Amino acid sequence: MHRKTIVQTTINGEAVEFLCEPRQSLLECLRDILDMTGSKEGCNDGNCGACTVMLDDRIVPACLVLGVEVDGKSVVTIEGIASGGELHPIQQCFLEDASLQCGVCTPGFIVAAKALLDRDPDPSEPEIRLWLANNLCRCTGYDKIIRGVQDAAAQMRQARDADLEETKS
Amino acid sequence: MNASGYEPNMVLANKEYNVVGTRPVRHDGVDKVTGRALYGADIQLAGLLQGAVLRSPHAHARIKSVDVSAAAKANGVMAVVTATNFGPSGDKIVDVGEGPTPLAYVRGNVLAKDKVLYRGHPVAAVAAASLHLAQEALKLIKVDYEPLPATLTAPDAMRQDAPVLHDDLRTQELGEATDRGGNLAAHFRHEKGDVEKGFSDADVIVESELDTSTVHQGYIEPQTATALWNNDGRVQVWCSTQGAFPTRDTTSKVLGVPVSQVKVTPMEIGGGFGGKIPVYLEPVAALLSKKSGRPVKIVMSRQDVFEATGPTPGSHIKVKIGAKNDGTLVAAKADLAFEAGAYPGAMVAPAAMCVFAAYDIDNVVIDGYDVVVNKPSTAAYRAPGATNAAFATETVVDELAGKLGMDPIDLRLKNAAKEGTRRADGPKFRRIGCVEVLEAMQNHPHYEAPLEGPNRGRGVAIGFWFNVGLESSASISVNSDGTVNLVEGSTDIGGTRTSIAMQAAEVLGLKAEQVQPTVADTDSVGYTDVTGGSRTTFCTGYAAHNAAHDVLRQMKERAALLWETEPDKVTFEDGTFASDNGKRRSIGFRRLASKLGETGGPIVGRATVKPRGVGGSFAGNIVDVEVDPETGKTTILRFTAFQDAGKAIHPSYVEGQMQGGSVQGIGWALNEEYFMSPEGEMKNSTLLDYRMPTALDLPMIDTCIIEVANPGHPFGVRGVGEANIVPPPAAVANAIHAAAGVRMKRLPMSPPSVMEAIWAK
Repeated sequence: MHRKTIVQTTINGEAVEFLCEPRQSLLECLRDILDMTGSKEGCNDGNCGACTVMLDDRIVPACLVLGVEVDGKSVVTIEGIASGGELHPIQQCFLEDASLQCGVCTPGFIVAAKALLDRDPDPSEPEIRLWLANNLCRCTGYDKIIRGVQDAAAQMRQARDADLEETKS
Repeated sequence: MNASGYEPNMVLANKEYNVVGTRPVRHDGVDKVTGRALYGADIQLAGLLQGAVLRSPHAHARIKSVDVSAAAKANGVMAVVTATNFGPSGDKIVDVGEGPTPLAYVRGNVLAKDKVLYRGHPVAAVAAASLHLAQEALKLIKVDYEPLPATLTAPDAMRQDAPVLHDDLRTQELGEATDRGGNLAAHFRHEKGDVEKGFSDADVIVESELDTSTVHQGYIEPQTATALWNNDGRVQVWCSTQGAFPTRDTTSKVLGVPVSQVKVTPMEIGGGFGGKIPVYLEPVAALLSKKSGRPVKIVMSRQDVFEATGPTPGSHIKVKIGAKNDGTLVAAKADLAFEAGAYPGAMVAPAAMCVFAAYDIDNVVIDGYDVVVNKPSTAAYRAPGATNAAFATETVVDELAGKLGMDPIDLRLKNAAKEGTRRADGPKFRRIGCVEVLEAMQNHPHYEAPLEGPNRGRGVAIGFWFNVGLESSASISVNSDGTVNLVEGSTDIGGTRTSIAMQAAEVLGLKAEQVQPTVADTDSVGYTDVTGGSRTTFCTGYAAHNAAHDVLRQMKERAALLWETEPDKVTFEDGTFASDNGKRRSIGFRRLASKLGETGGPIVGRATVKPRGVGGSFAGNIVDVEVDPETGKTTILRFTAFQDAGKAIHPSYVEGQMQGGSVQGIGWALNEEYFMSPEGEMKNSTLLDYRMPTALDLPMIDTCIIEVANPGHPFGVRGVGEANIVPPPAAVANAIHAAAGVRMKRLPMSPPSVMEAIWAK
């Protein structure tokens, strides 16, 4: 048995401390140690995107990051995308646009799409397709995922414009 | 509708309902967008051990000995098992859903006994306190192999001098047992009319010989199973499966325990496409649990998924079709040789039924060959066999259209199968929508849209796939607030909870949201077959429809009790029960639901169905491509998918099936294949190297739902899960021909093979 290390990190805005072996990936730590099973394992080699999480300001596949590497950093997972009782617009649009079928790739797509829209509120269709090309979906053919992201972007821009109007007046 | 007035997703509906045909948010949606939904690998149990499987590095070898003694003593190891833990299989025959099969074959694929037949074939398994410890222990297992030469394709494996996989395999020839050994498990034939005379009457004949590579279903969630063999002898299983009941039945047969002693809880499933019908891990986890006294979870790696779970067969196909100058197809002949993988049972039988199913041809002969090879045992993949077959037929029909100078849709329409057309394999079609699909294609703006620019071309193709009925059960309990809970047994891969609940809601006059569906375990609902064969919305939806009527029947009895009249005097319309027995009375569903306690207690409606009126579904594609003459790369510019849904219960999820199936078909057409070394090692067993389409590779996939009601279903439903994957490779091949002037004879039509074809021109 390998000696375990204490990791102190922030996950979805909360300070979290856990013990892990140096060889355990962040994905293993999230799923097996912290019971946060929303991030999915599809390949364990960084090729499917089902375990996509935010690490500080970057999206990474959690299977390619070691648990010990997140010490002192901030992680956002699918469990941290909705705020309180309210779904994020991407989550809501994914539901309304039928952007998921089996749903196992969905957490990764939502985390990746949020990172895109946080950076660029009005991406073009090719930009969305390029950004999401790290995430594999085998059920949908991507059409309804792209539309879900487009609709969420439009809703978020509207909400932001409405906020601006309110601030002005 | 977009700015130019073009509707990317059309529904050609004939009949409107209140709930059926609308697009409510799915009941399990919130759990799936928040990460709360529990899939197979998400289960955590007290004392859970992790299992790992030792797999063969050879594609073909005799197992001389397996020594697990060092592994059993390793740090953290609680159990080690091999095939010997199953006990003797003898010559017992079992039916695990695909016809009678030797138990030795079913067990042999779960854990190899005397021989390994493909690289990745399981040989032993370990349960330990952690996955890392289990994997370390695998390295301590000593297996002495005698490597044997491998045979990897159907034509090679049928040669006299080919290495033989199964010493006991005897060829079944036209339905009769023979004493012929080798790798040909079965040869069968369908005949209709006089094919020689047909060809002699033909003015134009086109013949083609084609190959398709082994491809994988490619679901994102790897197979996983967790089992607890309890001290009372009951085996509980949690897994990712397309069918909890078939998994229960197979697990019980493999383990040799009564079916009543196995309970399967289906977790959420991360894709299947047919690949999660077979049982791989469940019996192994159960054996490890029995030995360790603890629950054991096994999760496959992606490499395991590629190397050891059912890909779809590679195939070698010859198709010949003859036509009169007026376009009448008069004769057709097909030879279909399919790779079964390690054990007999390639999906060549359905391929043979589908190969000419779209056409009414008088003279037909179809030969099918089921051939074992040293690749993983193949499994169903979305309309299994039909895509391979349509690649052949639809490219030949396209070539005929060119030779006859006919529009390719006109040629298809002239010969399209209709109600009453007899297929070569026997059955006559009931009401089908082949003509309507072709007409919708011809009338679609895409078909007439200008396609400008060099190296661009447009192709069309159609395809057929069956629906199966099989068996489903459902029960519905009425809540005092006027909503209902629906319990059903179909694992939900793409929104079927909702498409089933909507059918109950339609009958009960409720909204979709007022029916709360649950997919139950095998102890909690009646027998329900796999989510497969495009049957779930059709068959389990039928069960929900009937269970809802059973609820109404009982509710009418309660209303009759309140009004002191006879139940058959009570009517139900628009959510209201009424009686006009001298005095007009009425009560809403919700009010009556609140009075169940005072009228006799709870109401549970139930139904089990085995419907016979299954419809088949036709699909078609129009596709525009651009072929780069420098690299051979094909880009999909525009793609429209057409399919007869009978009645689309939830059009968004029907469109989703059409789009998903189309894109799997595009991947199959352009990129996907198993690169095998001559020794039988898959060289591209990662999702980087096995190149499935990404968002960047595709345009939007436009859809057109055609509704030709299936008279065998109360709402006219046809299953839509599968037919959509059938035409794409052929449609893309025809578009490549239009763009680059080359007839592609092999899938995938990857850049190197397109380049070779261009150079050979």
